Amino acid sequence: MKKPNDVIIRSVTKVAVVIIFTFAINLFISGHHFPGGGFIGGLAFASGLILMFLTFDIETVRTYIPVDFKVMAAVGVLIAVLTGVGGMVLGAPFLSQSFGYFELPIFGKTELATAVIFDVGVALAVIGTSITIIMSIGDDR
Amino acid sequence: MSSWLHIMILIPFIFAIVVPYIYKQLTPRIHTGWFVLFIPLVIFAYLLTYIPNISEGNTFTETVPWIPAYDINFITYMDGLSLILGLLISGIGTLVILYSIFYLSKHREALNNFYVYLLIFMGAMLGLVFSDNIFVLYVFWETTSISSFLLIAYWYEREKSRYGAQKSMLITIFGGLAMLAGFILLSMITDTYSIREMISNSTDISSHSLFIPGMILILIGAFTKSAQFPFSIWLPDAMEAPTPISAYLHSATMVKAGIYLVARMTPIFGGAAEWFWLVTGVGLITLLYGSVNAVRQTDLKALLAYSTISQLGLIMSLLGLGSASFYYGVGTDSSVYAMAIFAAIFHLVNHSTFKGCLFMVVGIIDHETGTRDIRRLGGLMHLMPISFTLTVIGSFAMAGLPPFNGFLSKEMFFTAVLNVSTMSVFNAETFGLAIPIIAWIASVFTFVYSMILVFKTFRGKNKPEKLGRVVHEAPIGMLLSPLILGSLVIIIFFFPNVLSHYLLKPAMHAVVPMLADAGELKIKVSAWHGWNTELFMTFGVIVLGTLLYIYLKKWYRLYHLYPDDFTLNSMYNLSLEKMESLSKFITERYMTGFIRDYLVYIFSFIILVVGGAIWLFDGFSFDPSNDAPANFFEVGLMTAMVITAITVLFSKTRLTSIVAVGALGFLVSFFFVLFRAPDLALTQLVVETVTTALFLLCFYHLPQLRKEKSRIQFKVVNAIISIGVGVVVTLIALSANGNRLFESISSFYENSYELAGAKNIVNSILVDFRGIDTMLEILVLCIAGLGVYTLIKIRLTGRDENEEAK
Repeated sequence: MKKPNDVIIRSVTKVAVVIIFTFAINLFISGHHFPGGGFIGGLAFASGLILMFLTFDIETVRTYIPVDFKVMAAVGVLIAVLTGVGGMVLGAPFLSQSFGYFELPIFGKTELATAVIFDVGVALAVIGTSITIIMSIGDDR
Repeated sequence: MSSWLHIMILIPFIFAIVVPYIYKQLTPRIHTGWFVLFIPLVIFAYLLTYIPNISEGNTFTETVPWIPAYDINFITYMDGLSLILGLLISGIGTLVILYSIFYLSKHREALNNFYVYLLIFMGAMLGLVFSDNIFVLYVFWETTSISSFLLIAYWYEREKSRYGAQKSMLITIFGGLAMLAGFILLSMITDTYSIREMISNSTDISSHSLFIPGMILILIGAFTKSAQFPFSIWLPDAMEAPTPISAYLHSATMVKAGIYLVARMTPIFGGAAEWFWLVTGVGLITLLYGSVNAVRQTDLKALLAYSTISQLGLIMSLLGLGSASFYYGVGTDSSVYAMAIFAAIFHLVNHSTFKGCLFMVVGIIDHETGTRDIRRLGGLMHLMPISFTLTVIGSFAMAGLPPFNGFLSKEMFFTAVLNVSTMSVFNAETFGLAIPIIAWIASVFTFVYSMILVFKTFRGKNKPEKLGRVVHEAPIGMLLSPLILGSLVIIIFFFPNVLSHYLLKPAMHAVVPMLADAGELKIKVSAWHGWNTELFMTFGVIVLGTLLYIYLKKWYRLYHLYPDDFTLNSMYNLSLEKMESLSKFITERYMTGFIRDYLVYIFSFIILVVGGAIWLFDGFSFDPSNDAPANFFEVGLMTAMVITAITVLFSKTRLTSIVAVGALGFLVSFFFVLFRAPDLALTQLVVETVTTALFLLCFYHLPQLRKEKSRIQFKVVNAIISIGVGVVVTLIALSANGNRLFESISSFYENSYELAGAKNIVNSILVDFRGIDTMLEILVLCIAGLGVYTLIKIRLTGRDENEEAK
């Protein structure tokens, strides 16, 4: 692939990626009460990564983000399954979720729900899988 | 609440995750097996603590809710039968792992795979024997099939290993699926998923119309797993696995799963003539088939494989004979037949000890001499005295000679067949005499192959020129496990009543509960039982067996008279071949390689089925009365969507069409915004972005789009199909809107905040209310991702090799 002169897209990407990632994390966290969630958050995160792939080449991105996305996907599924099993250990049916309110140092009274852990699994699986597919197609020389 | 029993079943699975890390850290300094060894040992010790309680007739049940909505719960149930199997699984598991530490080189073998598979198998086996819910049992059942597939294919670079693994998997999974169907039928009859409840409701199910089909389907599962005729063909090929695996899976545990199932189901089906004849008949045929074929084998492991088949047939037929006691109800007659059940369980234990011992010794011979071919072996007696002694113990027990445990159970087997020959139910008098005769002939052959195993291997001339290495006795570590099993063989002979009191009686109690409750079970095993028919039958076996062994060369040629093309194996191969060519033939008809063709198939199918259904059942209805008026934005969006859709149709370049398709997706997301579904809109936006990027990445590699010149009929057909699909989909959309057959689900999720603590309903549906959907979805996503990855990577490496070849 020839190297095009793309100063503008490079500069824009550097800023935009940060915004996209922040937005993705925000989407993920707000998922419990507002629009968002693991699936969308994960996809938004993945779209940020894709932008990086398009701007810089895959090798560069890979050296800076040395994550095996296949493993990430597997870890995601594992987390989701284990949250389900976790309920079983405590005597509840498989995939039972629970929630509660806790006083946390900075955030004050916060709701913590096990569904969020499940959602982390969903997000990781989505990111891992989509990036695995894109990387293997993009790498296909 | 979860219990220790549940945790015990889970431990092997949990440890299976850890094993690769241990292997990575410690290879090649310490053999991974040492770490795995303690798991079955702990489980064995834990199960031992149950013996006093179980022998008093207690049972244990623990429930962990799994899918309570469907009444599927992980219920563990322990009684004598499951305890005995559990002890065998963990006990022989311990010995096998100990043996494997010396058998498998820590430098050359992929021990991590080996122990992971082995642990999964062990956990699945434990789960199988301790679960009460039939669907949980089924899950574990298939897990044993899969893990044994992996174990048989352990040396996967060998073609025969792969062949054997595939064969065992095809056959056992086929049986497992049949069994699942049988379970479903059985649960429909009894209206429960719990085996114990089925047993307690079993009185009037035999008149149900699904009784016989359910029974046959379940028996197919049991027969395939326990390698009964004609499904036995997978077992000899499974011998391609490393010897510890053969000893474990194919003598002690997996093949016993079918026996266990039959024993477990006996209280439900026992007393029915069909059950009696099927189980007994198949068992007897298997017994005869296995023993006759074992004699002709030249490979020691193949000989043992056929002998296992035959011994499993023996146990199976005993269970069948014993099921007659259910016909008689409680009484003296029934306890006479119930002795067959006792003999079955007794022989199950005995078989595990002597066959496990024999497999390990054969592994030692293979390890030390480099061959298992009987024609090349001989004269090892002085070189390997301990192995020789162990072989004698194991083989003589197998042949049913005193003072070894096989003698006791074989005598009881003779008693059982003699009893049945005088039985007056199930038209037994017609075949009456045939049963003891078959049993006796099979015992003669058993004697012959047991003698072949001992004397052809250890007596005669040593043939060092055929072995090509100096033979000496195996290291003590390798001998330890068979030594333990071999001493058990003798100990059981001298103290059978200890075993009987603590383990066999409670197990029998589980199979024939009504007799045990009535106090009708008085069992005493004694080595000397007087000058009776059984003893004379044994004398006959020894005399005729010795003669046959001495003149083996004279009649061995009889085996060659049987045509090779007519064996079950060649039938299996042929059917596999035919299936492949048939599916290839069919596939080639429709897999043209053009996406356009596939779309034509899919769309024609939709038009035919869906459109046909609408037309046939008069499903179309159009009711705009409830519709809200379309406002300015909606009309605008719709117009824009129509324009972009038409752009896709008429675009000259690929890029234009991709962008137009993307735009179409974004426009849909605007609709979601208008209808106040921000979650959907967000998802749609992000998905659309990512897929468009993905499309662009993919299409970058494709050649330029050429204007296609197609014939006019082609265009007409395409046009008809596309218009048809459009019409059908539109009709569906309109009538779906017009018909409100079900209540809107939105009210159902109104209390999402109280139930899940989430204000976002969409997300709480995804992660909480329907969490299992999401879990499986991401699993599917992952599998698809890995599929794409491997497809592309494999193609790449394949191409590289080709380029190098040029």
